[in-house]
Amino acid sequence: MASPAVPLFSMDGVSKRYGGVKALEKANLTVEAAQIHAILGENGAGKSTLIKIMSGVVAPDEGRMLLDGREIQFASPAAANQAGIVCIFQELSLVPDLSVADNICISNPPKRFGLIDRRAQRRIAEEALARAGAQDIHPMAPVKDLPLSRRQMVEIAKALARNPRVLILDEATSALTAADVAKVFVVLKRLRAEGLALLYISHRMHEIAELADQCTVFRNGRNVATYRAGTKSDDEVVELMIGREYSHVFPPKQALAPSAKPPVLEVRHLSWLDRLKDISLSVRAGEVVGLGGLDGQGQRELLLALFGVLRGVSGEILIDGERASVSSPSAAKAKKIGMALIPEDRKTEGLMLPMSVSVNLSFAALDRISSGGIVDRAKERQLIDEMIELLAIRTAGTDIPVGSLSGGNQQKVVIAKWLMVKPRIILLNDPTRGIDVGTKAEIYQLLRKLAATGAAIIFYSTDYDELIGCCDRVLVLYDGAVKRVLVGDEITERALISSALNMSAQSEGADMASATSA
Amino acid sequence: MKDWRYRLSEHRGTLLAFVFFILMFVIYASNHPAGFTANVVQTAANKGVLLALVAVAQTFVVLTAGIDLSVGMVFVLTNCLASAIVVGSPAMVGLGIVGVLLTGLICGAINGAIVIYGRLQPIVTTIATGAVYFGIALAMRPVPGGDVDSDLSDALTGRLFGVLPVSLIALFVVVLVIWVPFRRSAIGRATYAVGSSEVAAYMSGVPVQAAKFFAYVLSGLIASMAGLFLTFITASGEASAANGGSYTLYSIAAVVLGGVSLFGGSGSAIGAIFGALMFRTIGDLLFVFDLDPLWQPLFQGVVLLAAVCLGSVRLFQIRNRLDLFE
Amino acid sequence: MNTRAGALWRKVDPAVATAFGCIVLLLFLGSLYSSSFLSPEYLLQQLKVASFLGVIATGMMLVILLGQIDLSVPWVVAVGGMMSTAATGWGPTGEAFAIPFGILCGVALGFANGFGVAYLRIPSMIITLAVNAVAQGLMVVHTGGFSPQDSSSAAMRFIATGHTLLGVPNALLVWAVVGGATVFLLSRTTFGRAIYGIGNRERAAYLSGIRTQRVVLLTFAIAGGLSAFGGVLLAGYASKAAQAMGDAYLLPSIAAVVLGGASILGGRGSYIGTIAGVILITLLQSILSVVQIEEAGRQVIYGAVIIAMLLLYGREKVAR
Repeated sequence: MASPAVPLFSMDGVSKRYGGVKALEKANLTVEAAQIHAILGENGAGKSTLIKIMSGVVAPDEGRMLLDGREIQFASPAAANQAGIVCIFQELSLVPDLSVADNICISNPPKRFGLIDRRAQRRIAEEALARAGAQDIHPMAPVKDLPLSRRQMVEIAKALARNPRVLILDEATSALTAADVAKVFVVLKRLRAEGLALLYISHRMHEIAELADQCTVFRNGRNVATYRAGTKSDDEVVELMIGREYSHVFPPKQALAPSAKPPVLEVRHLSWLDRLKDISLSVRAGEVVGLGGLDGQGQRELLLALFGVLRGVSGEILIDGERASVSSPSAAKAKKIGMALIPEDRKTEGLMLPMSVSVNLSFAALDRISSGGIVDRAKERQLIDEMIELLAIRTAGTDIPVGSLSGGNQQKVVIAKWLMVKPRIILLNDPTRGIDVGTKAEIYQLLRKLAATGAAIIFYSTDYDELIGCCDRVLVLYDGAVKRVLVGDEITERALISSALNMSAQSEGADMASATSA
Repeated sequence: MKDWRYRLSEHRGTLLAFVFFILMFVIYASNHPAGFTANVVQTAANKGVLLALVAVAQTFVVLTAGIDLSVGMVFVLTNCLASAIVVGSPAMVGLGIVGVLLTGLICGAINGAIVIYGRLQPIVTTIATGAVYFGIALAMRPVPGGDVDSDLSDALTGRLFGVLPVSLIALFVVVLVIWVPFRRSAIGRATYAVGSSEVAAYMSGVPVQAAKFFAYVLSGLIASMAGLFLTFITASGEASAANGGSYTLYSIAAVVLGGVSLFGGSGSAIGAIFGALMFRTIGDLLFVFDLDPLWQPLFQGVVLLAAVCLGSVRLFQIRNRLDLFE
Repeated sequence: MNTRAGALWRKVDPAVATAFGCIVLLLFLGSLYSSSFLSPEYLLQQLKVASFLGVIATGMMLVILLGQIDLSVPWVVAVGGMMSTAATGWGPTGEAFAIPFGILCGVALGFANGFGVAYLRIPSMIITLAVNAVAQGLMVVHTGGFSPQDSSSAAMRFIATGHTLLGVPNALLVWAVVGGATVFLLSRTTFGRAIYGIGNRERAAYLSGIRTQRVVLLTFAIAGGLSAFGGVLLAGYASKAAQAMGDAYLLPSIAAVVLGGASILGGRGSYIGTIAGVILITLLQSILSVVQIEEAGRQVIYGAVIIAMLLLYGREKVAR
């Protein structure tokens, strides 16, 4: 064991760049044994890069890392594991076609006569699952047959089987049910007692409040503060994370004039598998309706269902008060309906990164700028220029690959691409994820501007502040159903969080940490 | 309690292939004009083992989520080589066999090196290397000919105790010596992991490149065994582009019929073997029922088409259309 | 002026430039061997031979742009040749419709490919192999396993071997028309944009409201038609169809597209590159045979040249 003077793990002046973007800049971090150390920060603050460097997935450009006071360098994740640093990744690192036991022992299977000893492997797997509190998972079950929350438990068991000294959990609880979270917390506390250092990354403040001993806040690739857990208020922490007062970035909301017209979009009793349960909502012209709740409660599925992507959706969709059937994205964007979806992941769903800015911009609106299947290039050119100006897209030209733009400008291209269709209904799936604050503010302005010109907007965000700042109404989803509708001044962080956790309105003021073990 | 169920579902593809093969073979043998005799089995076995070996070779690469379109050409190349060097004194024959196997191994290694370290796509790579291998075969045997050690040839294509085809025993030995250890070794596990999800495998510290390379090398080695065995059967070498092409095609068919996923990461060489034997039996069924042999290619094509379409049944379960585009 | 030239230069794909450079190099090496390599007659003859591959490679290119591959070329080419000559044998009406009939048979097979890829989501490599096998089976049944006796129609011979103005071979004109139509399709139509979009990221194209399945289906059908048209031309050139007449066109058509700078993963490539690739392959083939290298050596050089060129500029990016 390390002497108290030497921390178990430390990182000194570590930087990492991707192209021109600084993901991490001269970051310092010290992790002590027998502690749970929480890492906080906005998306894009450098947390995931930090983890990737610690666990050997990427190599740092500069700086050094020390384990037990000795300098270390990892050529691969395997090397990091060998040294005792194990990470539970947010994107699962399980191999779907192999069994649970195979996965748990994947990097270093027990061997007999040079071959894998299946009996020993099974024993190790059973032990690891038991340690993770997941005895209900059969070690021979193929991972691809397990639901997401079970897979996450396997992921934790897999990490434990490697006997880590430093265990990194990156949003490890985001896919778990409340019961599992409680189990995992028990496990994590036991591991801390056993002398492990745990690095805990989460967006859930109450989890951090319950677990962490020490906290470090990251912003723009730098560590901006380290403090003992419980010594700062939530507001102070949020200020550290965003670096300034948040209220100025949102444009004022306009009051909606009463109107006799039917809502542009109305949804009645929408259900899909067990993921969407009897959802009804309506959006009027000029209204911004937010979707809130914890991540993965059916918000994405709701948007996809509206956009005609899901099969077997039951319920009614009314456009301008008349029933409509939306069976595909191409039907959704047709003039009669005029729907647009700004998808979740711009890199795989919104853009074709190697293709030019102009091709991407006009891609969804091709049918609007062509006749007889032949593209009217003059019209295309004109619309593209308009859009670039309207959204102030900063690009060196329209012929360069869209992938060479910054994240914020890429996201603007995605939005512009859909504005070219002149949509009346705009669905946004977490459109500000991973982009800079300046562009975020521009997007908020744009949303309001669009609403003012009569668009009906549904806006899903994982960021509560955005919902508070942008939306006229917020539907909070829990387990595929609308739990609560917040209107106007009711939209507060407290109300959003308590309804997201499915707490009843009365217990709103109660300690939130207790909700997790419910 | 539930263990056997998991085991069963793990080997479902292989078992299905086995059951279908037995079914077809029974139909075949019971309708054969000569009846279920040792001779019938021997002829069927020799032809079946050839394709089975090529299919096993294909399996290794397919498990990594790749494809080897040169496998038939390696088969042809090693056939031509064997017809030249596996003759003479026992020592010469021994050396010749080693030479043939080594050649296959090198062909596989070249494919693997280009795909993994050259970072080219397996399809294009193996089409191009296939042309090279075929060219070399053609240079060696511009016209069919050559010879092979006749004692060895008779022994390997004949029968043991008058009933058991030696070729089947040889195939069994190959499975036992190469496949079974591979399946249970760490590198074999790594191959499955890489084929199933390369990113997850890399994240888990699996030696991704080594596992892929090893699979390509083994593939080449087994393809050369098939080439060697063809030489024992025909006692000559022939650089036939048609032969190479059809064995490549049939090996993919056999792999699909044998329950090996073309997306990588699941299936077994044993399944591919039964897939190959099944595919051969299907072709021969037509003879037994006295149909015009002209219909054989069409029949085989339709069976293949039907088999690959069967895999699409899962599409009906997809409820989120985005899952189609993964 | 200067900047415009610069912009033009930046637009030139290095792969295409390399391919054209290789053509010049080949001609130069050939002219060292014999001055006749630079004669107009030789060059026109080469372009005529290249036209057959050019038509077939056009279809292959469209499919590759989608990120798919068409391995059914060998027997779809044969179907085109055999069905058009068969139609010629059915009398005057058949003879009149020989060319469209041959092409239509190819379109039908292409539809089967496209249906499998777009709607059944079968990997194109597999479904096209299976369709190839079925096409072969059909032709074996049709011909009895022998080379068909029917000869090609006068129209087929005219477009494949005839000359019109200034001694330009008709086959070359045919390729020019096919190529021109393809360039227009790819650069000016929504269909062409959709092909590139799907090849880059089908998911994004689908979510942009493109009917991706229909585009894939139609593209494969066009490719099937073009392969069969290649077969029609070849049958016209040789006056009749033959078993395995298409076997020699699978590898070269893929190689031509890939050597022309198109990515085998889809979404990237230009028709000018395919033209360069086709001419390059044809010249390579011609020079190898003129300098009397055997078929064996030709195959080896083919494969080696393709691998070497791809290693030069066709590598995937490193993941890490």
